[in-house]
Amino acid sequence: MTGVGRRLRASSWQGSPRLAWAAFAALGVLLAALPFLVDAGMGRSWVRILDFALLYVMLALGLNIVVGFAGLLDLGYVAFYAVGAYVYALLASPHFGIHLPFWALLPLGAAFACLAGVLLGAPTLRLRGDYLAIVTLGFGEIVRIFLNNLNAPINVTNGPQGVNLIDPIRFGDTALHPSVTLFGVTLPGTHAHYYLFLALTLLTVFVAFRLQRSRIGRAWVAIREDEVAAVAMGINTRNVKLLAFAMGATFGGVGGGLFAAFQGFVSPESFTLLESIMILCMVVLGGMGHIPGVMLGALLLTVLPELLRYIGPLQTAVLGHVAVDPSDLRMLLFGIALVAVMIFRPEGLWPSPQRARELSPDNPDETRQEQETLVDASR
Amino acid sequence: MNLARPLGLALALALLPVAATASDTVKIGCVAPLTGPQAHLGKDIENGARLAIDEINAAKPTLGGKPVRFELVVEDDQADPRTATIVGQKLIDAGVKGVVGHLNSGASIPASKIYSDAGVAQMSPGSTAILYTRQGFKTTYRVMANDAQQGKALGSAAVKIGRRVAVVDDRTAYGQGLADEVAKAVVAAGGEVVGREFTTDKSTDFTAILTSLKAKKPDVVVYGGMDPQAAPMVRQMRQLGIKATYMGGDGMQSAEFIKLAGSAAEGVIGSSPGLPLEKMPGGGAFTQKFNARFGKIQIYAPFAYDAAQVLVAAMKQADSAEPAKYLPELAKLSVDGVIGPIAFDAYGDLKDGPVTLYQVKGGQWAPIETVGGK
Amino acid sequence: MGADRDGRRQVTSLDIFLQQLLNGLVLGSLYALVALGYTMVYGILELINFAHGEVVMFGAMVSLAVLGALAGAPLPPAAMLAIAAAVAVPVCMAMGFAIERVAYRPLRRAPRLAPLITAIGVSIVLQNVAMIVWGRQYVSFPPLVDLQIYELGGATITNVQILIVALAGLMMAGLLALVRRTRLGRAMRATAQNREVAELMGVDVNRVISATFVIGSALAAIAGMLVAAYYGLAHYGMGFMLGLKAFTAAVLGGIGNIPGAMLGGLLLGIIESLGAGYIGDLTGGFLGSHYQDIFAFLVLILVLVFRPSGLLGERVADRA
Repeated sequence: MTGVGRRLRASSWQGSPRLAWAAFAALGVLLAALPFLVDAGMGRSWVRILDFALLYVMLALGLNIVVGFAGLLDLGYVAFYAVGAYVYALLASPHFGIHLPFWALLPLGAAFACLAGVLLGAPTLRLRGDYLAIVTLGFGEIVRIFLNNLNAPINVTNGPQGVNLIDPIRFGDTALHPSVTLFGVTLPGTHAHYYLFLALTLLTVFVAFRLQRSRIGRAWVAIREDEVAAVAMGINTRNVKLLAFAMGATFGGVGGGLFAAFQGFVSPESFTLLESIMILCMVVLGGMGHIPGVMLGALLLTVLPELLRYIGPLQTAVLGHVAVDPSDLRMLLFGIALVAVMIFRPEGLWPSPQRARELSPDNPDETRQEQETLVDASR
Repeated sequence: MNLARPLGLALALALLPVAATASDTVKIGCVAPLTGPQAHLGKDIENGARLAIDEINAAKPTLGGKPVRFELVVEDDQADPRTATIVGQKLIDAGVKGVVGHLNSGASIPASKIYSDAGVAQMSPGSTAILYTRQGFKTTYRVMANDAQQGKALGSAAVKIGRRVAVVDDRTAYGQGLADEVAKAVVAAGGEVVGREFTTDKSTDFTAILTSLKAKKPDVVVYGGMDPQAAPMVRQMRQLGIKATYMGGDGMQSAEFIKLAGSAAEGVIGSSPGLPLEKMPGGGAFTQKFNARFGKIQIYAPFAYDAAQVLVAAMKQADSAEPAKYLPELAKLSVDGVIGPIAFDAYGDLKDGPVTLYQVKGGQWAPIETVGGK
Repeated sequence: MGADRDGRRQVTSLDIFLQQLLNGLVLGSLYALVALGYTMVYGILELINFAHGEVVMFGAMVSLAVLGALAGAPLPPAAMLAIAAAVAVPVCMAMGFAIERVAYRPLRRAPRLAPLITAIGVSIVLQNVAMIVWGRQYVSFPPLVDLQIYELGGATITNVQILIVALAGLMMAGLLALVRRTRLGRAMRATAQNREVAELMGVDVNRVISATFVIGSALAAIAGMLVAAYYGLAHYGMGFMLGLKAFTAAVLGGIGNIPGAMLGGLLLGIIESLGAGYIGDLTGGFLGSHYQDIFAFLVLILVLVFRPSGLLGERVADRA
């Protein structure tokens, strides 16, 4: 956290630590009051959307470790999310009749997801970028197909019907659903989940920052920038990459468990390739490798589709009928955004200053060139 | 982002002088996929419910001695489980006293938890998964026969054609649920499930599984799934020289199927919960009313119409719009709807829900038999 | 092994095996046609052109649109199909050209991740454009060709299937001739080996790359039309899975290697067919045909882990 504080200080606060802390305090108050503000202003369903947004922030941070820090394109990230969700669901529902407590469930889900990450990574991490992308995509699909079909001869996952009636998150005797009473104040379930998710998100951000600034984080950057040089510097690329996969998978597993508990119902439908691509979009559009950017990307891409729904009634009001179905627009806009961002602003919406410098056209280090003739290769 | 609130407030203020004589508003939620591949079906549901609500309002209803006005609050769940929970919450926030919806079982089931927690009745016009009413909630109801009832009708009909039955499904919640019920019914009727194969709801090539089934010499092939797969499947069956009768559920029993399957559609049998529209007691009158206002009926309009009518009927019986008061009435209710007699069993399923079998004759679906119902 | 009055004879397990093989051959021919596009682009640019599957889809949709417009016209079916092809092929060629120019060329020197992500973005855009233009329903292929079913031993094969295998073979032969016997082909092979040196030798690399995309897209258009004709329908989402499997086929045969793509396609089709048909028997009922989709992915993972250069060896330029 001091690293963040230092950066903020350096860029805008001009050596005024008191102002920085005041800003943090204001942010803290805003975050604490947010669910009530949203509930009053926009309705409780928006608090639910906020909860999902926080969940996706955690997931995006996890994928950021793999794609942003280590530069490994993972198109099957949803598999870890699914593993975490299903482990939670199977161990806390009437399906097997097991009802483990929360403090055991989340770590178990994370552990299984981590294991899945290691299993996937071990044979495939030596593949080059695009092959790795396809293989991880395949793995994500394989996991989904197994989840969808492992209901005969032994019913493990209940197949396409999914697992229902998952236990809500419980601390001791208090369940977060449908509402929690603390010190005489009754919090509706959505608000209670918000605070839990917020706490876990802050923890995730903290862990991500620490990782970024550790030796491992630097090793990841080295591999991302130039793998041959990294090997020459004595970095055990295989283990370091595996660690990235495992850490990313663990975050995914935690997110999955929380999702299962929050929604109370999981089915293979929620874990499609499209989800993987969405989370990838969040990382790429927000700013690959830059934690605040990734968080921004996740928040935007969770909230914007909900706003897109209003385009339908808006079109009806202005044009008299719906010319283009808003849900048709949603993915089209994402695709266009992906292409546009990669061509015009590959560093993302909110990049780290270092990456922005690297990828800008007038960069003296020049990793991008407009001209393609041999003459320009004078460096 | 909710423009309705300040606008509504302004409107309410403007109408204050009229408020003294204005009626109470009772909100009824209506939720279905209004965008996406099933948008035409979702719109059908909205239109059916709207027709019902407008008719009810035109008759100047009263509850508890006071005049009331029913208002339909419509939401789009995009047939997605997560969206369904979000809009379900929205409806509860808006203060609806009952919900007509959802269409897909995959949406109804997660959303049912939200309605159950709020104690609000949910009347589904189209979800057929058995699990929907077996969750132990007192608020889940449906006006359509469930997969068990449909599966039984299909299974027994299949065995009547031939003892050797092959079952295929598309591994979706709907397809698998229906196919499993069909398999059970086949065995119960004395037949034999000679082959059980699977595909997905995105496939177009079934030659491998069909060839595998050909070896088992089935008399009938029953498919649990939707028409974009059923159509090429029956075509490939005929190309491979498999002469078995092809049967399927309501996901296949559509005009689209005949169009996509071409000449291979001839003789195919499909089932659909409910009576054929022309045989429904209120069918003729309903069709006229609906066509005049909204155009062609897709499938679910009469069910949505009855769903809304049933909710209001229960409220009238209890003389109150409060869910706590009218839910017990709903459980005991027995009325005649457009679709036929409506009463619910202990789970909330339609008692004696009829299922109709249709066969493609001369390029059209023609009803051949109705199973169940009164 | 006589036949009864229906012409039906006892269906033996050999017949079933033969049938599965035939099914696999037809499916494989389709995969092979699409795989060619992937393998050519990868050989030259080391880029997985995710959008290629969508070009196939556009080929199918455009040809169906033309056939729909021509419906009822007093033309023989062959002429109608020819007209549909004559429209679909240039449209797809233009698409391929445009995709390369707009989405991939600006990123030629960018880090590897960028064109990959862009390719996914282009794929999404194309799918959704098709969805908006043609709707979400499945579009049916009008019944133009009278289906003739022939008996081959105990298996059946239709005239459409024979046409597919024959056409695919013809196109592949044509492409091989192009690559091996023409100047353009030589230029393509040179660019695939080493782009800088090819430039030094006077090859207009930009033109060659564009030509590669255009040729691949033409093949994709024909493949799309054949797929629509074979299954009788087309859908905006049909390209993605097909493309993924075709890419797997290309890797199986050896990426960058044109005969490899053909072999890989045929093999993958047969593996999928036999796998889906026999997996239930092989695993004693534990796994069934519900797992048929994972064959392609399993093949991919196994090939990449144990023999990354594919069956016939890959032909990609060395990039440090």
